[in-house]
Amino acid sequence: MLHIKCPHCGMRSQNEFSYGGDATVKRPELGKEISDQDWDNFVYNRKSLRGKHLELWQHLSGCRQWIKVERDTATHEIFRTLKANEDNS
Amino acid sequence: MQKYSIFNLIKNAFFNHQKWDLAWKDPTPKKEYDVVIIGGGGHGLATAYYLAKEHNITNVAIIEKGWIGGGNVGRNTTIIRSNYMHDDNALFSEFGMDLWRKMSQDLNYNVMFSPRGIINLAHSDAQMNVYARRGNSMRLNGIDAELLDREQVREIIPMADFSENVRFPIFGGLMQPSAGTARHDAVAWGYARQADSMGVDIIQNCEVIGFDISGGKVEGVRTSRGDIKVKKIGLCVAGSTNILADKLNMTLPIETHLLQACVSEPVKPVLDKVVTFGAGHFYISQSDKGEMVMGGDLDGYNSYAQRGNLPTLQHVLTEGIAMMPFLSKLKMLRTWGGIMDMSMDGSPIIDKTHIEGLYLNCGWCYGGFKATPASGWTFAHTIAQDRVHELNAGYNLNRFNTGHLLDEKGLGTKTWIS
Repeated sequence: MLHIKCPHCGMRSQNEFSYGGDATVKRPELGKEISDQDWDNFVYNRKSLRGKHLELWQHLSGCRQWIKVERDTATHEIFRTLKANEDNS
Repeated sequence: MQKYSIFNLIKNAFFNHQKWDLAWKDPTPKKEYDVVIIGGGGHGLATAYYLAKEHNITNVAIIEKGWIGGGNVGRNTTIIRSNYMHDDNALFSEFGMDLWRKMSQDLNYNVMFSPRGIINLAHSDAQMNVYARRGNSMRLNGIDAELLDREQVREIIPMADFSENVRFPIFGGLMQPSAGTARHDAVAWGYARQADSMGVDIIQNCEVIGFDISGGKVEGVRTSRGDIKVKKIGLCVAGSTNILADKLNMTLPIETHLLQACVSEPVKPVLDKVVTFGAGHFYISQSDKGEMVMGGDLDGYNSYAQRGNLPTLQHVLTEGIAMMPFLSKLKMLRTWGGIMDMSMDGSPIIDKTHIEGLYLNCGWCYGGFKATPASGWTFAHTIAQDRVHELNAGYNLNRFNTGHLLDEKGLGTKTWIS
């Protein structure tokens, strides 16, 4: 079982969280000309590589906040967790 | 090639079975091939077989990082079915059912195809309506489907929970009598043996390091056992699709996720159908050895771990016990996990790509095993003729761009959500 450190609540079990996918995907800006390819990349296309992966989780059975988690997709090691609005660079 | 028959079996008994030919050779890669298939799983081996058999293309190599049949074809729950509503899925799968029925004869290898039937349980009136609609769609496409009421289901699987006061009472079910199971490893080995006998090189322990692409055309593939010149490459690597796509600078509508399965200790014959729970994701059948073979949801987050986490397993088995309470008495024998190429609409991709000579076969989600023969057959056609067959026309890569999704389950873009 994963143990995820919620930046708001502290270390909690995976059961309290729900997964939200790749956190590096950016929605195309509103009010601009956006190509089909841009929408495609936002809605469907994913790198989904082996190794470090920055992803969204929601602390559904806790504070209900969305958070960012940097996790290794092969070993499940969690390197760090961030608030959703924190810069991940 | 030595034919497998009762006579050869008796003959070889005199030599204590020490003189059988090897089922396939262990060749050194040549410098050049007409076609290279990457991935020695069920789909890759089937593709090579149909390239040789249907299209007379035999200068083919299958390159496999590990050993053939060591991936998802060796660790699935062996279910074969074509109970789909959408035409593209239904016609493709039903074409595959025909290939399954002939497979043991065709390959001269007993794949133990057992058309025992599958029942999808319904737990509400609304679900019965949905199943009636799906069953009718199946029949219009020439697939057998029977809508069963509660009593008919009880007659077939009396061990399921038919009590009135449960959270998800059984209202009935949809049965496809011609669905079933097969011996998964035999499928890989049967295809490998026949492909090898027709001249295909099966090259194991050979990892793809990179590709030679020049002017938008495939020129070759670089492997851990040397560079190979080739004009056509077929990618059949399931859970490793994203890794190879990255080497090709492609980003695909695929995420890699982990799916678990498990078997109980073997027990006497109790269940002669494949049964799926209708109020969650759980399916069960009994193997010839007597083990209850069970599976269900993905772990739910991107994973290459090839081993599962317990919360999902617990969730899946809770559903199983709700459906068939006797399961709680059984001991678990084995659990395992494999990595799936989850496409964004739940349907696969068999298509050409923007790179000339590069062909893509991926996105099999939960249903790769049953698709093995039809996938190999249509992929071989796509590679040999450089155009898709009408059976896999709906499985094009462009559908995510044009909006013609094949969303059989109505789950939208996040097929990993449970």
